[in-house]
Amino acid sequence: MAYDKFNILTTTAVPLPLENVDTDQIIPARFLKATKREGFGDNLFRDWRYNSDDTPKEDFVLNNPIYTGKILVGGKNFGSGSSREHAAWAVYDYGFRCVVSSFFADIFKNNCLNIGVLPVQVSPEFLEQIFTAVYDDPKTEIEVNLPEQTITITSIGAQESFDINSYKKGNMLNGFDDIDYLQNMKGEIEAFAETLPL
Amino acid sequence: MSKTLFDKVWDSHVVRKIEGGPDVFFIDRHFIHEVTSPVAFLGLKNRGVKVLYPERTFATADHNTPTINQHLPVEDPLSANQLKALEENSNEYGISHWGLGHKKNGIVHVVGPENGITFPGATIVCGDSHTSTHGAFGAIAFGIGTSEVEMVLSTQCIMQPKPKKMRINVNGELSKGVTPKDVALYIISQLTTSGATGYFVEYAGDVFENMTMEGRMTVCNLSIEMGARGGMIAPDETTFNYLKDKPLSPKGEEWDKAVAYWKTLKTDEGSTFDKEINIEAKDIEPMITYGTNPGMGIGISKHIPKAEAVEGGVTTFKKSLDYMGYHEDDAMVGKKIDYVFLGSCTNGRIEDFRAFASIVKGRKKAEHVTAWLVPGSHEVEDKIKEEGILDIITEAGFTLRQPGCSACLAMNDDKIPAGKYAVSTSNRNFEGRQGPGSRTLLASPLVAAAAAVTGVVTDPRELL
Repeated sequence: MAYDKFNILTTTAVPLPLENVDTDQIIPARFLKATKREGFGDNLFRDWRYNSDDTPKEDFVLNNPIYTGKILVGGKNFGSGSSREHAAWAVYDYGFRCVVSSFFADIFKNNCLNIGVLPVQVSPEFLEQIFTAVYDDPKTEIEVNLPEQTITITSIGAQESFDINSYKKGNMLNGFDDIDYLQNMKGEIEAFAETLPL
Repeated sequence: MSKTLFDKVWDSHVVRKIEGGPDVFFIDRHFIHEVTSPVAFLGLKNRGVKVLYPERTFATADHNTPTINQHLPVEDPLSANQLKALEENSNEYGISHWGLGHKKNGIVHVVGPENGITFPGATIVCGDSHTSTHGAFGAIAFGIGTSEVEMVLSTQCIMQPKPKKMRINVNGELSKGVTPKDVALYIISQLTTSGATGYFVEYAGDVFENMTMEGRMTVCNLSIEMGARGGMIAPDETTFNYLKDKPLSPKGEEWDKAVAYWKTLKTDEGSTFDKEINIEAKDIEPMITYGTNPGMGIGISKHIPKAEAVEGGVTTFKKSLDYMGYHEDDAMVGKKIDYVFLGSCTNGRIEDFRAFASIVKGRKKAEHVTAWLVPGSHEVEDKIKEEGILDIITEAGFTLRQPGCSACLAMNDDKIPAGKYAVSTSNRNFEGRQGPGSRTLLASPLVAAAAAVTGVVTDPRELL
């Protein structure tokens, strides 16, 4: 599915300083019953965001109007657990284009890159700096520059560079997905399949 | 040059290497289920693309199927709709479909090996993180997202950077009452839930060599819970004996040819790993988790650690204990429980039911405990009946449900109520995993059985 191109994103950020945020929290299993990719943002962090009677939990960050923006900043080992791409869809559908953490679970990171959410891994120290800056001033803007592969806390000028492989970077910059690439090498794939031992 | 088992299988499936990018990786076997496939099929339709090799994909319904009255229409309209979508998509694209009511139906990671769809040296994916189970056969098997399900359907390939390699050696002899589940929970407790992220694991050493295929599947299944994409064990006679004469295993000359190839699938001497971990079997006791991720596990006789003694943030640790209603330094033995769940792709196989029966035999279910015993497949269900296990558990006051993922992720009606404690043989104790507000204690079938008959967390060694 096509997504918007990603270039430079400058926005405020939403802090969620918990570790091991798993995909069952990002989108609980009972909301995976759709056969279309629609409306997952409404259930992002459902059980942290709402009480069982569907009233908002006031102490959860997404219910705090002070914190807004297109960047979600999470603690270490963000996105662990299930392979459900619905977790990445929920993040995107809610309006985030970038998730920042000091460490990502593998499948979640992969899913994000496949659907147009940029996972940015920073050092634990830089992550702390972001949390501090955002808590000091929720209007603090973070700039994520994909062409330069840098992330900057604009208010204090602190900057770090981040890794992304050049193939995935190209995809994100252009809004391409892997299927486009694979479709164009079908002949090569079919020839390869013939050579397998079983 | 000497190569690891993982290198041998990975390298033989790379169609193209992309400079500064992932490998184009060929997939031998693809499993699909009702939850993570509908949007992938929608993608195919939007692009007007066919399934390239329908014979390499296998569909089974498991995630949101009911575990009672499977002969009746599924009541939840959303679940029914997903099951219908799986059936229609499979029919439209010529994919084998084992839907609800089919005699081969069951949990994808149970029915795949049972039917010989899984084989050594294969590359296997599914839109489910516990696809790592199939690594028990010396396959590279891992979970993928829905975009990748669409890639496999349309091109039989995905794009993956090659992971780093880790070997986990467990040597020595396991003590009484220590099962493959305990081995895995022990490893995860040592490594944490992110300790193997970025790696593919090979399990080696006496303990795995002496393990049954069921046990190896339990261990490989839980690889994802330490962050690894997957884990694998070199195929040997145990593997070949398990696969021989399975419905879809090669036959006759083809079988001999296959076994000759499979015998080459082991790590050469002198191969190197990016990380190597050594564990002594004697250090492992029956395990139980006390928190909200699978790394928060301890030996059942131990006390919950203090926040300062645990790697990671104190806030996260305390939030976890608050959710569980537990405190630092609490003993686990004696904690009251309300539910017991035996089943899932982790522990829903015949051996797990044998283990459970070995403890409940001649005893009675604790009155206040609700127990859900859910076989992983109809084949497991049939064996439970044939081996007399059904009689034993019935005598002890338990009933047997029908196959499916059930309370492992509670997508169907099998939900643990808010605030209640469940000793569960499944794989995740995340907040709300088994139903909103549910509290999960992960453990082996023996620990589950001991809790089921005593109503509290109990060391199973006392009942063996």
